[in-house]
Amino acid sequence: MKWDEGRALIKVQNLTKTYKSTVAVRDISFSVSSGEFFGFLGPNGAGKTTTIKILATLLRPTSGTVILNGYDVVRQAADVRRSIGMVFQDPSLDDRLTAVENMELHGMLYGMPRRLMKDEINMLLELVDLSDRQNDLVRSFSGGMKRRLEIARGLLHQPSVLFLDEPTVGLDPQTRNHIWEYISEVRTSRGATVFLTTHYMEEAEGCHRVGIVDHGRLVALDTPNALKRAVGKDVLTIRTSDPATAVTVIQRELNINPDLDGETITLSGLDDGEALLVRLVATVPGITAIGVPKPTLEDVFLKLTGRDIRDEPASAVERMRTRHRSVSRRGRH
Amino acid sequence: MMLKPFFVCVYVIWLRELRKFLRERSRLVAMLGQPLLYLLIMGQGLRAIFTIDVPGFDYLSFMYPGIIGMTILFTAMFASVSIIWDREFGVLKEVLVAPVPRSAIAVGKALGGSTTAVLQGTILLILAPFVGISLSLVAVLQLIPLMFLLAFAITSLGTLVAARTETMEGFHMIMNFIIMPLFMLSGAFFPIGSAPDWMQPLMKANPVAYGVDAFRNIFFAGSPALDFMVYYPLSYDVLVLAVFSSITVLLGMQAFRKVD
Repeated sequence: MKWDEGRALIKVQNLTKTYKSTVAVRDISFSVSSGEFFGFLGPNGAGKTTTIKILATLLRPTSGTVILNGYDVVRQAADVRRSIGMVFQDPSLDDRLTAVENMELHGMLYGMPRRLMKDEINMLLELVDLSDRQNDLVRSFSGGMKRRLEIARGLLHQPSVLFLDEPTVGLDPQTRNHIWEYISEVRTSRGATVFLTTHYMEEAEGCHRVGIVDHGRLVALDTPNALKRAVGKDVLTIRTSDPATAVTVIQRELNINPDLDGETITLSGLDDGEALLVRLVATVPGITAIGVPKPTLEDVFLKLTGRDIRDEPASAVERMRTRHRSVSRRGRH
Repeated sequence: MMLKPFFVCVYVIWLRELRKFLRERSRLVAMLGQPLLYLLIMGQGLRAIFTIDVPGFDYLSFMYPGIIGMTILFTAMFASVSIIWDREFGVLKEVLVAPVPRSAIAVGKALGGSTTAVLQGTILLILAPFVGISLSLVAVLQLIPLMFLLAFAITSLGTLVAARTETMEGFHMIMNFIIMPLFMLSGAFFPIGSAPDWMQPLMKANPVAYGVDAFRNIFFAGSPALDFMVYYPLSYDVLVLAVFSSITVLLGMQAFRKVD
């Protein structure tokens, strides 16, 4: 799906946020267009949540400006709040109320007319497959159901942009995939602009554009494909019935030095892997398999920051959150 | 000031509190246990030694309004400090990101907590005959707004404290350093007049004491022991509670404007 590149819905200029001694966000500038699916990718503590909180008027920037839907996040906070839907990293549902009650209280807070609110609630609960559980207490919901309800709630007042702050954190892989299906469903059926933060590479892959954040800096911003192209050249792997011969043939005929690892021959640093494929098949005898592994955002991150995103130890906040979750599961008074 | 969003937000938070309270009937019963224990054990136990040559005086009935005050203090305080819990687990964030004035959260919480505390206190009135007090309907109708006033003073105070407290550890501090002293110095167990000189100013600075005193003004309106039972005239109690709640609720609203 193509987005409207002309209209900038979010405009961030030289945004900086400093706490007493640390800089959480360092001179970040970018814009998000209407209808775009925009992702912020980075490890825990990179400044993603701080940025999203500033965009959502929950934190004041130290310097720089943010214009969202034409409103300034500091001076026109109420207008900005009306323009955004928010799904927080931590569950923010009232689990002693039912799904519908959570939705209704939200609609009331946003001043929705009763009729419209009822219709929208029905439609959105339908969309996230919670219609049959709408009158159940949220405390009986699974993690995935709670997330779906939060997504539906975030969309209830028809915001111009939906913020999803690590929407799948703490969910098992299967539920995570499910949530992704719902998010993409919501995006297409409602035409919503979505601003996502994540530290899962595969989640960022689906975005129109991805900003890579590290230590409070925006180190790269482009489409996933462009980012990957920028990182490196193509790689091909082949398997043949006689690897040793194949290697000499490749060296002699194609003037490339391949690596042989067991049965697999890897040709890396290629300028145009696809074009080479044809010649490879014609020259090397007895090819049984060909692989064209594409660089991933993981490689992009590694290349740009020199670190693997998964190496990051969980931050203190993350650990506390996990602890709190287990506390809240044990039930409240 | 955005007036309509303000009241909508107050209403939403109040409604949320009330629904949850009505849904958890078990809590209602559990909250009755403590006052019953006080009345049955403390009241009955102390009754024998706390005898005084004042006609119409009975320790159990003297203590009873204090126990109602205690119930309101505990219910109201717990309801308002639940903000800390809400903040910890994100429920409050949903309101913070909505286009409503944050100061409304303080008012909504205070009203919600007051309503539940009054419901709780009203249930306790059923016990009146068992402690030897006969209540007229008029007395009940006078007591309800007074209970609400005390509850609102407490929830406003609780909301103000909660706005500045970020962790559950802070909650235990509140329990030990606010609720218990407020309870013990409320005049529930002994009259302000008979307390030692150093303690009297502390009791006079305690809003709960004025609530309990107001209740006694109603309960013992026709009793010959009235002068011994109460310390202030009813109008003075009401005035102090009203001024106290107005100031604390305004401070609470102010505190919430700054919450991140």
